[in-house]
Amino acid sequence: MILEAVLVGLTRFLVGGRAYWLGAQPTSRQRIYFANHRSNADTVVLWAALPPPLRRRTRPVAAQDYWAHGRLRRLFALDVLHAVLIDRGGGRDALDPLHEALAEGCSLIIFPEGGRGPGPAPLPFKSGLYHLALAHPGAQLVPVWLDDVGRALPKGVSIPIPVSTRALIGAPIAPDPGETRDAFLTRARDAVVALGLSLHPDLPVAPPEPPHA
Amino acid sequence: MRDLLLAPLPLTFEALFVFLLVASLVGRALARRRPEDATIRNANDRIRSWWAISVILAITFAFGTTATILLFALVSFWCLREFLSLTPTRLADHYALAAAFYLFLPLQFALLLWPWPGVFVIAIPVYGFLALPALSLVFGETDDFLQRVAKIQWALMLTVYALSHAPALLLLRFDDYPAGPFGLLAFLLLVTQGSDVAQYLAGKRFGRTPLAPRISPNKTREGLLYGGGAATVLGGALHGLTPFGFWGALAMAAVLVAAGALGGLVLSAVKRSLGAKDWGTMIEGHGGMLDRMDSLAFSAPLLFHLANYFWAV
Repeated sequence: MILEAVLVGLTRFLVGGRAYWLGAQPTSRQRIYFANHRSNADTVVLWAALPPPLRRRTRPVAAQDYWAHGRLRRLFALDVLHAVLIDRGGGRDALDPLHEALAEGCSLIIFPEGGRGPGPAPLPFKSGLYHLALAHPGAQLVPVWLDDVGRALPKGVSIPIPVSTRALIGAPIAPDPGETRDAFLTRARDAVVALGLSLHPDLPVAPPEPPHA
Repeated sequence: MRDLLLAPLPLTFEALFVFLLVASLVGRALARRRPEDATIRNANDRIRSWWAISVILAITFAFGTTATILLFALVSFWCLREFLSLTPTRLADHYALAAAFYLFLPLQFALLLWPWPGVFVIAIPVYGFLALPALSLVFGETDDFLQRVAKIQWALMLTVYALSHAPALLLLRFDDYPAGPFGLLAFLLLVTQGSDVAQYLAGKRFGRTPLAPRISPNKTREGLLYGGGAATVLGGALHGLTPFGFWGALAMAAVLVAAGALGGLVLSAVKRSLGAKDWGTMIEGHGGMLDRMDSLAFSAPLLFHLANYFWAV
């Protein structure tokens, strides 16, 4: 509880991270919040942006290779954020802990790009979001645009700088009957990008080219 | 007890609270008559914010010099954060920005407590000026180097260096000055912020001719003339808070009003060049912290230097 207050207080003080509920209300419904990912601070900013009762039953999904590293980071990941740690290279059953958490009734925060992209436009989404959506039709899929977190703590540096960040929370989406996996994933990514475009009309929309393609 | 309440500074706060009470009552009556009016709603938001600001200031003043310096350090931090959030910066500037926030900002306010008062005047203009561009070299990125360096230096000068001159008034010593150092700080805040409020009200009531339509469409010549005039008279009336005497306080208030108006216009131009209307959303009815501090950033250094040059011992 104290550590939660410290982490939330520090996040607010340094980077703000105010939530704007544009397309959904902060209710206790089970949800999968999915967001763009540019910074190691994304997890904490989105988690801290939720009102306390929601925050306590919303578990961020985080990469084991980063968050299980070092005693302090591990303490925060497991005891404060109650993160679901996953093995990024683990194939299909890497999703098992997520299915478990959803079956227990928790909400999740996930970053479907599977890693941090090089530019402001999100990378193409990985299929995990689609599989979770099909297996848990009761959970609402809510797109989130995290704004400027990548400036506060960019990839490659370890000290965050104070920049006012925002979490724009959009309207829920769901896979349509008969919709293909790729069509749904494109639509989910578009929903996140649309929120970003509302702040930055000149945001590049297309996903960045993979470097070795 | 009676003497304490009637000393210049407590009396000023009492008068301020009475004024706010009247403003709140009038605002409530107007809101009841016209509940849909957006201007009245905004005015009531502003009155509520002024209550909060005045109470916080009164409590902080009561705790003394260190608490007041800390409060301004916090305000400065929020202003710098708002400024740099709207200013496009790059990864290559990350360490320069980190130094601005974690080194130069705390250093500037810590130096106010240092027994050698000259240092706070040169820390950012000399040491910051030299160290920050050096830190911008770290990533070896030369694109827009001059623009990047200039933005950070300007942000730091405005939101940290200039604003720190408000609590720096507490360091000045004068002969025959019964109100004490907090009097001069109260004078600065009341005249500068009073001028903003009076210009806003006079502009709403009498405003016809735009002052600078491309820079700040809501400001009018009438607002500046009548509102600024009222704030100057207020400054003369508050001469008991200063060591300047009546005419000195009147002249100083005129300088503060002019500097504050220019500060508001300059910061509006900066904001517009960055494509924004407000600096943030922190203060209800006002926008961001920097929307409230823009005039103070220009008036505080002037009051400090003029008072220091002509009156201080």
